[in-house]
Amino acid sequence: MTAIVRGSGGNPANAADEGVCLALGTMGSAESTIASACRTETTFTANGRPVRVELDPRESLLDVLRERLGLTGTKKGCDHGQCGACTVHLNGRRIVSCLTPAVQVNGQAVTTIEGVADADGTLHPLQEAFIDNDALQCGYCTPGQVMSGLACIAEGHAGSDDEIREYLSGNLCRCGAYAGILAAVRETARRLNSPVSEG
Amino acid sequence: MRPFSYAVPATLAEAVSALAASEPGTKILAGGTTLYDLMKLDIEAPPAVVDVHRLAELAAIDTTRPDEFSFGAGARMADVADDPVVRRDFPVLAESLAKAASQQLRNMATVGGNLLQRTRCGYFRGGPAFPCNKREPGSGCSAIGGLDRGHALFGAGDACVATYPGDWAVALLAFDAEIDVIGPRGVRTVAVGDLHVEPGDDPQREHTLAGDELIVRIRVPVTPSGRGSTYHKIRDRESYAFALVSVAAGVAFDDRGVVEDCRIALGGVATRPWRSPAAEAVLIGERLTEATARRAGEQAFAGARPGTGNAFKIELGIRAVGDALRIAGERAGR
Repeated sequence: MTAIVRGSGGNPANAADEGVCLALGTMGSAESTIASACRTETTFTANGRPVRVELDPRESLLDVLRERLGLTGTKKGCDHGQCGACTVHLNGRRIVSCLTPAVQVNGQAVTTIEGVADADGTLHPLQEAFIDNDALQCGYCTPGQVMSGLACIAEGHAGSDDEIREYLSGNLCRCGAYAGILAAVRETARRLNSPVSEG
Repeated sequence: MRPFSYAVPATLAEAVSALAASEPGTKILAGGTTLYDLMKLDIEAPPAVVDVHRLAELAAIDTTRPDEFSFGAGARMADVADDPVVRRDFPVLAESLAKAASQQLRNMATVGGNLLQRTRCGYFRGGPAFPCNKREPGSGCSAIGGLDRGHALFGAGDACVATYPGDWAVALLAFDAEIDVIGPRGVRTVAVGDLHVEPGDDPQREHTLAGDELIVRIRVPVTPSGRGSTYHKIRDRESYAFALVSVAAGVAFDDRGVVEDCRIALGGVATRPWRSPAAEAVLIGERLTEATARRAGEQAFAGARPGTGNAFKIELGIRAVGDALRIAGERAGR
């Protein structure tokens, strides 16, 4: 059940770095974790599936998702927290995975775009709404837009067009599909929040 | 990115011990949105990192006391920004956080770490191609005479004109906040006004905390001008950008409608969060009108020293002060 992934994260420099690892001295509690610069075992769930990886603390969650777990739906845009393409949910809250050292998600739950649709492939209503509203062109930012849009609705920040625009401002779209993205989030928020349409 | 050793202490006491025993240059990792970013750029290269982002002892938000709000250093920016009591009684604090970064980053970044956010100067972040005294002491400053549109009007020197980029610290400075800091020598309290330093001839030094000291909490005195407050932030785009000019403003009126308390601090225009007591003094004892607000703005920017491309921020800033005071005044009930 548990996926065990070993490797150097595709960075050939890592092997050489192992010679210069330093540890920080002992600490009092058994729960404390001390890692060398080389590897620290990290467990978390990705879309509900348990994962155990041995990580270099330098590795970003984004790189681990894409390069180690094959979850390539999450995209690398700027890799510096400025574009939102790498947005995922950590314990249900949206974060940018590029600025998250993967070791920080130890014991936590990560949800990526691959975990949004039903197991049988039925798309989430927000994904359907992106299609219906032509809310993408090249599609590169779309997984991040969807993850951010889902969180925006769940946070209760989709009450008006202005509020949606504000709370999606961390997700850039170079194609300029913003009007469609706004419409998709607005429509889905109404649908999900309306008791009439539930069930 | 350079290799580093990584420790996750389970308690605050263990974090203090780890920092006390750590080698020089060890960094505290919280939300990671500044440190990890700069490590990717090879601008920060700590030999060791102590990760405090999940220490429960740093997480508390306490807005129940009538005289003081307290925010654990590890509280997330989003949680303080969305706190209903903060939004009602101290809008400047909530707005300064809500207007900083995206919701994703606010979910990650902590209110303690945010105080120590490093400059967004493009030459600093740009790497070795650009001389930068903050990054490489003695190499020079590319911004002086260079592209300095976003750079400081106040607190700059011959070595560095980089702007302090944060918003939260500007709001805290305006309202006399203090931070409690823990280290191997015990706990001490530092006024936010004594936390950041101007670059002088040592631009690498940005604050007065020692390397083995950790911010535990931020305390803000509750005051009537907190309710009559706003954080007014002018950006190149409407959302998700650093300030060209920002103003933390608060006012309180006496029963005759005369200003009895006024707070004005500026962001985006100085090398550190910048309070303007002279501008505050313009309004105290006066009525808040368009004309007196304008005078306060002019006083706030009276000592501005622009470079080659940032003089536009003086008039922009004067107007931003006036607008901020108008919003604050409406909230204060005048």
